[in-house]
This record gives sequence, C-alpha cells and structure tokens, in this order.
Amino acid sequence: MTTSHESEKETMDTSVKPSSLADVAQAKPTKVPGTRALGTGLETRGVHAWFGKHHALSNISLDFAAGTVTALIGPSGCGKSTFIRTINRMHEFIPTAAMAGEVLLDGKDVYAPGTDVTKIRLQIGMVFQKPNPFPSMTIGENVLSGLKLAQIKVDNKDDLLEESLERAGLWSEVKDRLGAHGGSLSGGQQQRLCIARALAVRPQVLLMDEPCSALDPGSTLRIEETIRHLSDTMTIIIVTHNMQQAARVSDYTAFFLSDGGPGQMIEVAPTSEIFSRPQDQRTENYVTGRFG
Amino acid sequence: MSTTITAVPTKPWQASKRERALDTGIFLAAITTSFLVVALTSMKGKLAYFTIFFIAYALLTSVFKATQRGSAAAKDAFVNSLVAIGAIVTVIPVASILDTVLRKGLPGISFNLFTHDMALATPTDPLNNGGLLHAITGTLTMVAIALFLSVPIGILTALYLTEIKGRFTGPIRFLVQAMSGVPSIVAGLFILSAILYPITKAYSGLMGSLSLTILMIPTIARTSEEVLNLIPNELREAGTALGGTQWRTVAMIVLPAARSGLVTAIILGVARIAGETAPILLLTGGGDKVNPNAFSGPMGSLPYYIWKSFNAGSPEAITRAWAGLLVLVGLVLILFTSARYLGSRKVAK
Repeated sequence: MTTSHESEKETMDTSVKPSSLADVAQAKPTKVPGTRALGTGLETRGVHAWFGKHHALSNISLDFAAGTVTALIGPSGCGKSTFIRTINRMHEFIPTAAMAGEVLLDGKDVYAPGTDVTKIRLQIGMVFQKPNPFPSMTIGENVLSGLKLAQIKVDNKDDLLEESLERAGLWSEVKDRLGAHGGSLSGGQQQRLCIARALAVRPQVLLMDEPCSALDPGSTLRIEETIRHLSDTMTIIIVTHNMQQAARVSDYTAFFLSDGGPGQMIEVAPTSEIFSRPQDQRTENYVTGRFG
Repeated sequence: MSTTITAVPTKPWQASKRERALDTGIFLAAITTSFLVVALTSMKGKLAYFTIFFIAYALLTSVFKATQRGSAAAKDAFVNSLVAIGAIVTVIPVASILDTVLRKGLPGISFNLFTHDMALATPTDPLNNGGLLHAITGTLTMVAIALFLSVPIGILTALYLTEIKGRFTGPIRFLVQAMSGVPSIVAGLFILSAILYPITKAYSGLMGSLSLTILMIPTIARTSEEVLNLIPNELREAGTALGGTQWRTVAMIVLPAARSGLVTAIILGVARIAGETAPILLLTGGGDKVNPNAFSGPMGSLPYYIWKSFNAGSPEAITRAWAGLLVLVGLVLILFTSARYLGSRKVAK
C-alpha cells in the first residue's frame, strides 16, 4: 500500500531478523504507569487536526503515564508528527492549521482560553528531527538558551549546565570546550546538545520527533541510552520510523495509520505486546514488515 | 622514506599543449582579422577593434570546434565566447572609470585636502590652499544620520515581512519595492516641499539626511528581508519550543544568526546613498566651511563639492573636483569591500 522509501527500508530491516523485535521489546521490563510521582501525566482526548480542509488526524485519545516512554510508529504521512505538535501547541504555527479535542497536562487543558502558551512549551519540551543548535551561540549558551528565551532566573547556572549535559550524555565530551560553537560538534553530539537544551528548562514531558533519523547507528545508540535514562524522571513521547528503536526504548507503542483519509490510531499497547501479539492485523503487517 | 608510491599527480582533463597552442592561434587570428578589417574598411576607432575582434573570435572558435567535434561543441564554444564577451563588456566601463578618476584625481590629492576646508580659499586658488575637509565631514555626518534613521526602520520593516507576516505583508513588500525605484530627485523634492519650505525654512545637513533616509530604507529593508528569509525555520521553531515568545526568539536567535547579512544590508544601503547628488543640491545649501552641526547652517558634501568645482571651471577647481571624485570613489570602494568581507564571513563555527 505504501511505497515510500522509509517503509521499504523497514521491510528489509525487519525481514532479516523477523523474531528479534519481540525479543528486544521483551528483554526490558515494561514500566507500570502511575508508579512515579511526576505529576499525573499527559492525556489527549479526541484530538483531531486539520491543515486547511485536509483532515490530517482523527480522534486520537491516548494516555501517557508519567515516567514512561511511548513510541509512535506508522508509515509516513499518518499524522504522528502532527499529533505530537498538537501536544506542545507547535501545530498552530502553520497558518492553515486547526484542531479539535483536549490535551490535558496534569488535568488542565493546554488549549484552555487564557493559558500561557510559552509556559506550556516550558513544561513540554521538544527535540526535532534535524539537530538545530543555535548557530550564534556557544555550546554552553545553547544549553542555557531556554532560560534566556523564557527569561527564567536561576541561581547556579554552572550546575544546571553540567546537570543538563550530563543527563543528555554529552558532558564528558564537551566539558573542556563549552565556549566552542555548537556547529563544531558532530551530528549526534549536536542532537544530544539539543536534548540538553530542552532539559535545561526542566520539562515534565519531552517530545522527540524522529530524533535519530539524521544520525549514524553509533550516535543513535547513545541517544537511545539517553532516552532510557531520562525516562526515570520524565514522560517521553518519541516518533520513530525505526521499529528496532521503538522496541528498544519504549514502554508503550502506538501504531498510527492513514487509509487515505485522516491518520488514526489503530492500536496502543505495551511495546512487547505490539511486537509479539498485536491485536490488529494491520499492526501485525506493519511491525513484521509484511505491509501492503 | 619507506613508501613506494610512484604515482605522479596529473590533471588529464586539462587542455593539452597542442590544444592551448591552437586556442592561442585562434586568438591571434582574431586580432589579425580585426586589424585587417579596420585597415581595409571605413570602420575606425577602439570600438571597431573590440567589436570585430569579439565577432571574429566567437566565429573562429565555433567553426574550429565544429570541424573537430561537431555542431554541439561548436554551439558550446559560441555561447562560451558570448559569456566571456558579456563579462568583459561589464568590466571595461568600470575599469575605464577607475582609470580616469585615478589619473585625473591623483594630482589633486594632497595632505591639506584632508585637513582644510574651502572657507578661505577660492576656486582659482592654487591646490595647496584649502581642502575637502568640509565635504568629507559633511558626507559622513549626513550618512551617519541617515543610518541612524533608516537602519531601525529598514530592519523592522524586514522583520514585519519575514516574521510577523501580517495582513499588510503584500502591500508593504510592493511599496518597498516601488520605493527602491524612486528617483533621488523625487526624494529631495519631497523633503523640500514637505519639511524645508513649510517647517524649517532653512538649508541644513539634516534635510539632506532625511532625503537620503528615504532612499536608504528600501535598500536595507529588501536586503534584510532576503537575509532573514535564509534563516532556517527550524531555528525559529526551536526557539519557540523552548518557551520563547516570538520577540525573544527573533531577538535572541534569528537576528544574531543573520548578523553578518544584516551588516551587508546596511553597508549596501550606505553605498546606495554616499554618492547621491540631486537631493543634496536641493536641501543642504552646500557650505564651504566645516559645519559640525547638522541641524542648522549649510553643510558641504563630496557630491556637492564636485558639482560646484566643475561649475567653477578654473583648472585648479577642476583638478579639485577630480580629487573629490577620487575620494568619493575610494569611500564607496571601501564600503563595498567591507560589505563583501563581512558578508562572506560565516558565523564562527
């Protein structure tokens, strides 16, 4: 059904080791929701999204438990990125965009009238597909740029700088050259710098939109380790086209699909279930590479 | 040396000696043809040599290539020579202007040119009496005031067009483009009739600066808009996703990322106005004395001084005019060079 390159690549990858995904997913314990005191988490209720008249996303209701990693998988164009952009209200930057439904963070709708949208984005951080460190700033300035942008005062900037880089797994590599420009780092380091930048404002939720799609396997592995570490202290939602990655890093996996119409969520379950016993035939076709 | 590599670096794609000799032959044949045609026909002058040489060269190379490699290569060679002609035709007038200005201006350049004004000297005085100081300071003062006024307006306009993208983006972009085609005399007449006659009723440097501002804003706004459009949207998104308001994102991320391009835009704006003459003639009164106050009293400027000296007509005055031209060309050249330097400098990596 889909003929995009990405799904073809995935088909090839998974056909080599057809049983490994379930094994990978089961090799790590699934976190039980609600076991961590990190707020009551994030929930979407009946979220729809439009671009002009094009209905891109239909009726997504998902519960993201605090302290878990949720992977969103599905072919290109099924609305995964659109969905996570509705969560931190980046969706509204497209001039023709519209939405319906509720996004509840700690029980409060982020779209409620009178909500300070910049505060929402401080609580829900985002890492983009392409590493995008700010070119005019040094590594250190990049990490702390969120504080300056949002005009937040902190007492000990150096501690926060080290802590953020440490959490992003970059501290040991850059601690001697914090004054160098962000562009001097490798692609994988730049992406971890962007993660550190997002962490420095201490968000409760981190959205990652295909954070490894522009990176080599080694850098991808480093970022996956980082994600596993971070999941102890925050809620992470990651969009990925790499099903190995979904199996490796996520506790829950949601499968999105568009049947020519708006993107829909077909199935959500603990990741090991999705890769070993999917309920829906379409999910099974997709995760086993027998798609279309 | 333990290495046993014996390969010698070569460039097999380069023309062989034979081919280069043939090219030289064609070149010489074209020159000979142009001399022959000029000698044998009624066509005369430098222009005839140039024209016939170019035509002969283009034809000879394409005929030669056609016999060697067929018609496609011939067309390629013909277009190649057309492009070369275009480039040379562009360079010739610039080189000629620079040559003339240098030859006629250098005799007038002296130390006192930069230390004295013309308050106590008449146009017929010898060259070691009087100088250009009033004109240089006047031009610099007026350019500085025009910069002060037009940089914020121009960059804010560009920000409106690229960042806010409000309802009036289309009309404003159209107006800015139309404004960049406004003849400078119109800008001068506008200030004359809107401000000088009804309000101040006196010549001053400020009046000149205001008209220069009108000319400078569209250059700065359009160039800045192009520069800001080159800033990747991902940076704006990243700034917003970190909790920045639009203004904070623009001020902290977009403008610093565009810094070198914006500097280029400003310098191009200065280069646009530094030699403007028409509005200056109408508005500044053109004094012969150094006037540090732009708000009252006539103010000299380089273009005005050049115009006045040529009108005075004495040999000394005309030499002074050429010297003034040389100073002005030098000033603009310095500005363009620094614009290119700053513009080509990448953001430090």
